[in-house]
Amino acid sequence: MIHLQHNQSNISLSADPQGDLLHFLRDKCADASVRFGCGSGHCGACTVLIDGQAQNACSTPVWSGEGRHIQTAQGLPEDKVGRVVLAAFVEEQAAQCGYCISGILVRITGLLKQHLDADEAQIKETLSRHLCRCGAHARILRAVRLAQKNLQHANTLP
Amino acid sequence: MPIPSPSLSTAPLAKHWLRLSPEGMFELRSGKVELGQGIAAALTQIACNALGIKSTQIIWVAGDTRHSPDEGFTAGSQSIEVGGQAWQRVGDILRSHFALAAAESMSCQVSDLILRAGAFHGPSGQQRSYHQLAQENKVAWEDLRVDAEEPVLLTIPTESETVTRSDLWRKFTGDGFIHDRRLPDMWHARILRGPHPFSSATEWPVAQLEKLKGVERVLIQNAFVALIGRDEGALSKAHAQARQLVNWIVPKIPAQQPAHVLLPSMDKKSSIALHEAGQATPGNGPGKDRHRLHRQYSRPYIAHASIGPSCALASPTDDGGVQVWSHSQGVFNLRDQVAQALKLSKQQVQVIHEPGAGCYGHNGADDVAFDAALIAHTWGLNVRVQWSREDELTVSPMGAASSVDIQAGLSADGHIQNWHVQVWSHAHVNRPGWGNGLQLLGAWQALPDENPPEPKDMPLPAGGGLRNAVPAYEVGELTVEHHFLESSPVRVSALRSLGAHANVFAIECLMDELSEVSDQDPVAFRLKHLADPRARHVVQKVAEMSNWHARGNAGSGIGYGMAYGRYKNKAGYCALVAKVEVSERVKVLKVWACVDAGKVVHLDGLRNQIEGGILQAISWSLHESVQWSDQGIGSNVWENYPILSFLDVPELDIHVVNDPSNPSLGSGEVVTGPCAGALGNAVAHALGIRARHLPLTPENLMLAMDQSHDQVPS
Repeated sequence: MIHLQHNQSNISLSADPQGDLLHFLRDKCADASVRFGCGSGHCGACTVLIDGQAQNACSTPVWSGEGRHIQTAQGLPEDKVGRVVLAAFVEEQAAQCGYCISGILVRITGLLKQHLDADEAQIKETLSRHLCRCGAHARILRAVRLAQKNLQHANTLP
Repeated sequence: MPIPSPSLSTAPLAKHWLRLSPEGMFELRSGKVELGQGIAAALTQIACNALGIKSTQIIWVAGDTRHSPDEGFTAGSQSIEVGGQAWQRVGDILRSHFALAAAESMSCQVSDLILRAGAFHGPSGQQRSYHQLAQENKVAWEDLRVDAEEPVLLTIPTESETVTRSDLWRKFTGDGFIHDRRLPDMWHARILRGPHPFSSATEWPVAQLEKLKGVERVLIQNAFVALIGRDEGALSKAHAQARQLVNWIVPKIPAQQPAHVLLPSMDKKSSIALHEAGQATPGNGPGKDRHRLHRQYSRPYIAHASIGPSCALASPTDDGGVQVWSHSQGVFNLRDQVAQALKLSKQQVQVIHEPGAGCYGHNGADDVAFDAALIAHTWGLNVRVQWSREDELTVSPMGAASSVDIQAGLSADGHIQNWHVQVWSHAHVNRPGWGNGLQLLGAWQALPDENPPEPKDMPLPAGGGLRNAVPAYEVGELTVEHHFLESSPVRVSALRSLGAHANVFAIECLMDELSEVSDQDPVAFRLKHLADPRARHVVQKVAEMSNWHARGNAGSGIGYGMAYGRYKNKAGYCALVAKVEVSERVKVLKVWACVDAGKVVHLDGLRNQIEGGILQAISWSLHESVQWSDQGIGSNVWENYPILSFLDVPELDIHVVNDPSNPSLGSGEVVTGPCAGALGNAVAHALGIRARHLPLTPENLMLAMDQSHDQVPS
């Protein structure tokens, strides 16, 4: 039995503890937003937050999720930072095929929660864990800046 | 008047394009599919504005062999020109016919009507919707000919809408991809393939394969081996282990060498594809040149390298056929090939498009669809097949390498007076439906009599290996020679822009070399040889945007390079300037681009294609090269097939010329060649040394520096 918090839900499921978190989330938790790209932790498409830290779900064993809070792109609309990031990506139309974006949304949500004032170099460094093949990078960077601006603005509100 | 799109001939009736649903929705149908290029938004915008309806009123059905018009492949930057023109005409004809019926029904003049959200409003407050008019049988619209050469077209005042993509939210947060589809009682499958698409094995270690955790069945038909299981995670690990259990036999392929060495050494079929005598000016023979350059350029094999591996689902149907879900670029051709391979009628096979990751051409999409269809049909299973990362980078088709050799002569006044280009390359298209036979990897493995069909390339004017080999400039006597290479060390097929990437790179580098040898400014030199005012405009505009004339001297480590191209010599125009810094490696600092694609349909979609095209071309031109050895394809994971990193994304400054008086032109591939050329020229300007072979890696720059010491100036 594995017990963890998946976005807003507490779950207890039987699963192979040696299996990977990616397939556990996709198949047992009905969370398609965690995407398979390479299976070896190089592309970032399967990025999730584990207690706030970005990890590649494909290379994370299920057992290591025990008792932890796993956040995915599926849960971002319910997250107060995630929903701002998501809205900025939609506003900037920051995608072409969109396959790499779920993982990027999650990583950026994690970054802006910890470093809302991250500079350009820090943002690019963070995103360098992700591959995008369509060339949507410039839009993605614009969307991150917009999300950052909107979150900073929200913080200054009384 | 010719009909505006060939799609109207294959789907000539209004009902092929539209269904009015009983719920009051408009089901719009298209053969052009969403590949991530945003085409669905652009096409729905055209259709909605032509019909005078809102995008919230529609259901978009694209690439479904049961319902959609057959518009061939979604490829070649043809979707706006062909698919968009088709829907514009269909919408114009339908709107006009319904307007006539509405005016009659409301006893008013057509000129009194206003069209809002699918309802025709008359002068005294009454209104009739499309659905009402159809239900009241006021208009027999379903069998209306949309291929009429002189249709009645009426303009009705309406509000136009800019449609934004409706697919992103689901793709960002949920099950927006084919990878996320599930069938009842579904099995997962992985296909056992070696390190090269044509690798084989003398025996399959079936007993060992069956013991792997996650493998519940092993399905074998000749050289087609599928591992089947219910637990996808366990199955994918078993698949990786299974590959190690097989003694793979890799076909004999030539040893890896640079493309400009390897390709001219291969067996070839040579022909003169084009010869034009040019303007007969006295003394323009090759012997009379003031300057004459002979240069060779090349690009290697390049992988499609989709971020999501290819995936498909299939299910046996009650009539003994099969239903397939696929991210193919050509569902009708795929249907025909699946039917042929499985000895079914076309009616027994249905292919339904579902979104995949970006493909940029013919990747593994069709192959994996056949893998699924074969399993569903032969073993009677509902199945989902997904390729591994290694499969995607090794057994799917690659973009063909090219070696391009150009000799050109300049007159005493610095005009090009002769140009002889030779291109060594392969067939750039080996899609299902192209050539005689099956173009499906699984069919060659499962069916003993099936082999890859004899390759043939797309001829000029569009060209495959010769795409954009014809310079866009006035060059006097022109000879285009094609050395067609039938066999290739890796499997090849269509990659975005086909031969245009290598050919425009070569032409634009040579243009700079010619301007340098004759002491002319590269921009002025290009303008001197360009008559088309639209071409001149984009070149002048991008020079202005980049402050070209302040670019400084060569050899400072910072370089500016410019290039121009008109895709396929008939589609969109693009001029581009790249600014680079070269120290140990090439870093692109900024790119300016000016694109003229005629009347702009969907500005943000167009800009997205231009931005993406630039960044992808930077990735290809600086980083990418498929690696192989006698062990098969070596560049089989991201670590050894690096692509552009976020750390290397330059600033982009894009200007789109929007002239509504010119027809809309495809532009998905317009920047690829010019971007490569501009990078080559910028690197040469930065270093004072010319690197002529892609990719412009530190290793290739070092080679160019070494060779520059030995070179005798011509």
